[in-house]
Amino acid sequence: MKPFVHVRPDSAADAIDAVAADPDAVFLAGGTNLVDHLKLGVATPGTLVDLRGLTSTAVEDLPDGGLRIGAGVRNSDLAGDPRVRRDYPGLAMALLAGASGQLRNQATTGGNLLQRTRCAYFQDVTTPCNKRVPGQGCAARDGWTRYHAILGAAQDAAGLRHCVATHPSDMAVPMVAFDAVVQLAGPDGDRAVPLGEFHRLPGDDPSRDTVLRQGELVTAVDLPPLPVAARSTYRKVRDRASYAFALVSVAAAVAVEDGTITDARVAFGGVAHRPWRATRAEEVLRGAPATEDTYRAAADAELADATPLDTEVGGNAFKVPLLRGTLTTTLRRLAEERP
Amino acid sequence: MNADITLTVDGRERSLTVDPRTTLLDALREHLGVTSPKKGCDHGQCGSCTVLLDGRRTLICLALAVAHDGAVVVTADGLGRGDELHPVAEAFLDADAYQCGYCTPGQICSAVGVLDEAADGWPSAVTPDLAADEVVLDRHEIAERMSGNLCRCGAYAHIVDAVSAVGNGAVR
Repeated sequence: MKPFVHVRPDSAADAIDAVAADPDAVFLAGGTNLVDHLKLGVATPGTLVDLRGLTSTAVEDLPDGGLRIGAGVRNSDLAGDPRVRRDYPGLAMALLAGASGQLRNQATTGGNLLQRTRCAYFQDVTTPCNKRVPGQGCAARDGWTRYHAILGAAQDAAGLRHCVATHPSDMAVPMVAFDAVVQLAGPDGDRAVPLGEFHRLPGDDPSRDTVLRQGELVTAVDLPPLPVAARSTYRKVRDRASYAFALVSVAAAVAVEDGTITDARVAFGGVAHRPWRATRAEEVLRGAPATEDTYRAAADAELADATPLDTEVGGNAFKVPLLRGTLTTTLRRLAEERP
Repeated sequence: MNADITLTVDGRERSLTVDPRTTLLDALREHLGVTSPKKGCDHGQCGSCTVLLDGRRTLICLALAVAHDGAVVVTADGLGRGDELHPVAEAFLDADAYQCGYCTPGQICSAVGVLDEAADGWPSAVTPDLAADEVVLDRHEIAERMSGNLCRCGAYAHIVDAVSAVGNGAVR
């Protein structure tokens, strides 16, 4: 492991200054992804700025009825929070579907958003990766793509994609469906970024996962008051029954009155470079009858532009029908539930 | 730049000097000779390094020692009182819940964490009613909650028996 300096500032402001002043410095939160990357050589920072005790570990009620989740709140505490379980059950389910009990005790809310792709080639420094080393190429395009993207990966003139990695978070999928807002503090002041705009699509610069600037710190994630979220769920499809990343996942919330869908929130995990808000599916669902035809039409609308990979060692075209089936089943079950 | 840190390990205060790159797992095993937590994958995928860190089950192969100065660590070795085994360790013996034993200290620490978390009413991914205050630790729940601890010998069925036996008893 490359040597680094570990510092523990007295305040979040000092931590921000330390990272803003040094392009070779990074924040350390729960460490579950970063410490692994230090071992793998994927991350080679000169300085780790330790956030322990510097970010909020509280889930607070907001005046508008929403929740403010401190960046230091651990995944297990958030999943166990009675307000999350009651008002945003899809979020609790997503958190509980992620990682293991031990890792949920370590991982934080801010760190969960900033974890990096588990693309096997990104994590293997002996293979080319445009995300690790811009311009180097991409081993995944012709490789093992079971966990790779089918949505949102732009192609260049030659039809090649710069990056087909997926964002691995479960937590972020319902959060993006629920219009969560990321609160940031930085060297130039505070700002708030909708979670749907926080993670980037790869475009021609997959090295940047998010819109964060050097030295900017996630301080909290706000959930707006959202009555429809009380009837929400998270369905994760994976190769093992537990402790595995998603092949595809669906976070959904629907409100049905007299057989008509009056509100719908849908997002996908495991299929794109960011948690994927399925706005086209939502448009089809709102105002439509709560029927199988509607659910299928919603899935078809969202998946119309899917670009699965066809590789010699196994592509990921299976994810299109898998996601279609997962979405329609999830919507049917939600709509049939008694409110 | 090395750092001086202090840890409380299985009830004993220990001071040591570590390179910042040292994981808590290596600090325990290589610096302090505490070999109950095992190094399996060293990448947070197998659970054999599980200990109770400040009261919670944690993978210490993914924890830097310098980031946990002042922490209280309880390993499987420190769970019992004197010569008396912890009820979870006793249950592992009674249920024959291991073969080679390498993953066992991590399994036992994880099981203690599972029982505490269930007592606190935390749901899991298979809990039927997320809003329920009480958790019923049936076999399905135990398997899900223990899924972060792999056993290459495949002693899972007996591990679930062991945790069930304690879960149905009265251990807190």
